[in-house]
Amino acid sequence: MNVTTMAEWAAKGETPEVLFWVGCAGSFDDRAKRVTLAFVKILNATGIKFAVLGTEETCTGDPARRAGNEFLFQMQAMNNIQVLNGYGVKKIVTACPHCFNTLKNEYPELGGNYEVIHHATFLQQLINDGKVKLAGGGSFKGRKITYHDSCYLGRANNIYEAPREVLQALDADLVEMKRCRTTGLCCGAGGAQMFKEPEPGKKDINIARTEEALATGANTIAVACPFCMTMMSDGVKNKEKEADVKVKDIAELIAEAEGL
Amino acid sequence: MAIVQQIVFLATLGIAGYLIRKRVLRIRGNILLGKDASITDRKDQRLKNMLLVAFGQKKMFKRWIPATLHFFIYAGFLIINLEVLEFIIDGLAGTHRIFAPVLGGAYNFLMNGFEFLAVAVLAACVIFLIRRNVLKLPRFHSAEMTRWPRMDANLILCIEIALMFAILFMNASDQLLQSRGHEHYTPTGPLFFSSFFMPVLQSLSTTGLEVVERFCWWFHIVGILGFSVYITYSKHLHIFLAFPNTYYATLEAKGHINNMPVVTAEVKSMLGLAPAPAAPAMPGRFGAKDINDLSWNNLMAAYSCTECGRCTSECPANLTGKRLSPRKIMMDVRDRMEDVGKSIEKGGPGLNDGKTLLGDYITKEEINACTSCNACVEACPVLINPLEIILELRRFQAMEESSSPQQWNSMFQNIETSFAPWKFPASDRFNWAK
Ligand code: SF4
Ligand code: SF4
Repeated sequence: MNVTTMAEWAAKGETPEVLFWVGCAGSFDDRAKRVTLAFVKILNATGIKFAVLGTEETCTGDPARRAGNEFLFQMQAMNNIQVLNGYGVKKIVTACPHCFNTLKNEYPELGGNYEVIHHATFLQQLINDGKVKLAGGGSFKGRKITYHDSCYLGRANNIYEAPREVLQALDADLVEMKRCRTTGLCCGAGGAQMFKEPEPGKKDINIARTEEALATGANTIAVACPFCMTMMSDGVKNKEKEADVKVKDIAELIAEAEGL
Repeated sequence: MAIVQQIVFLATLGIAGYLIRKRVLRIRGNILLGKDASITDRKDQRLKNMLLVAFGQKKMFKRWIPATLHFFIYAGFLIINLEVLEFIIDGLAGTHRIFAPVLGGAYNFLMNGFEFLAVAVLAACVIFLIRRNVLKLPRFHSAEMTRWPRMDANLILCIEIALMFAILFMNASDQLLQSRGHEHYTPTGPLFFSSFFMPVLQSLSTTGLEVVERFCWWFHIVGILGFSVYITYSKHLHIFLAFPNTYYATLEAKGHINNMPVVTAEVKSMLGLAPAPAAPAMPGRFGAKDINDLSWNNLMAAYSCTECGRCTSECPANLTGKRLSPRKIMMDVRDRMEDVGKSIEKGGPGLNDGKTLLGDYITKEEINACTSCNACVEACPVLINPLEIILELRRFQAMEESSSPQQWNSMFQNIETSFAPWKFPASDRFNWAK
């Protein structure tokens, strides 16, 4: 596999077109790492010159800020901005809506100004430009897929159609949950909830959302966020449906359709 | 006799004016307990938001049936109140329908328009009462909808109904008096809706009709004035505050969280990116513990809240039985402001009454249940942002008290030591590519 770090590009005296911001989940979480690899395969197949930061990347600070620790957030942000600006990064793509939101909306105030794109939009553009060629409706025909909106992509940044268009390109049967787009129900992980047990209640949020997804009768739940991935996968497991229902990131589905 | 009425009217108007002024000043004072925030950017976009969302009620029209009914009440309220102008002039000058001879045919047209709206308002209020009390929509009956908020909603609907009946009966008796050639009653031309009430009054003597007409007139104007005083204590303040609230609502992407410049200055100096601030500008507090730590527009938002519960009915935490309810957050901020304001007015301790917003009104269990999903923000018809307040309270918890949930403290520690929220060695970050 071909992954070049920013430092390596710099050593060669070259500038890549885009930086792929992997994120903590994409770097450390076993399930999310498979999404990272799928996305890298797609990038390689298109021949786009991209870089990663490798060990120079650190947490954007999103969970710290949402849990109220502004100091820690800003420490992270400033350090990351120094690294990014040091390499003269202009364009960033990431598969994590939380990293996307923070880099795009919160770093500018602290001196980090980049064109930031989420991989849903990035994939949509690649498909529209004909750079991603799908093997042609075979394996996905008639497969029922439902898309779970990530709050940080949807409501937070008004990106509702890009991931859906990506899925439509698969020629699958896209079904919507009752709550979708602006009224999509959270998976329960946002706002740093990913890192703690939920407060006492009647039910876990991911279970409620999984029930809504299962009610569509889809056998694939498509997500575009590593946290949604964890929450929905846990939900499917809890409902003992892992054999019939798969939770997949849109990048994995595209890589699969490309035969990568 | 006429002069007595004029004097009583002047006195009524004076008392209402005094009470409203006092309340408005109190509310203003309460809002100004909040921190300064100058919001002067992008005026065009703000104006557009206000016109679309407050005036045009754009967000209400996601569900068009309640939106249409609500629009009738709102338009009825605005337009019928034009008639109050005539009421006031008549009341002070001792005249009757002073605009009728001036406007001629247009007056008849206007009055018929008002009557149509009165009937529409009446119908909408009756349907809303049924929806609240018979159909029992869940969002009108959740935990924070205790006796007073429920009564507040019902009361206002009943008052509206009574006021609309007063208009219709007043016009009906007026028309009968006109038809009997009473010289005081200037011809208005036929009024469609009120004419249906004429048969009920037909049998009354002329004096009887005069009594009915006068009673309805007084009932309506005193009712309107009373209503104006009442709404300053009620969730119905949104009639007015929805306008500034939508104007000052944030224009950033919903995912954006407000920056804390004091922290930026400090972090920059810690990293050697900027000289240490000359005199360490002590922020009052990091985050918010009480209402005076929130900015004034957050406080105004609490007074703009309609208690409709659209936010809470979309909140994932609330839907799954957690204590958190974004509507309650807004109601608590308002209750706290009212309590502090009352205390200040009585010369009491105000903010230093031993209570605080976080702790005595809002619990940590509530704020820690939020997923920052923005469903509440998206749902609010008047662009209130409960999430902003929740995050300010969390900032206080994390930075002033270090009392975040244990697992969050561990997460903070992991970020500090291994630059990821999980405890993995930073050197393993790139292992996925191996
Ligand atoms: S942002 Fe928080 S309070 Fe608002 S709906 Fe989501 S979980 Fe509930
Ligand atoms: S905050 Fe908005 S949505 Fe929630 S109750 Fe108040 S007005 Fe309704």
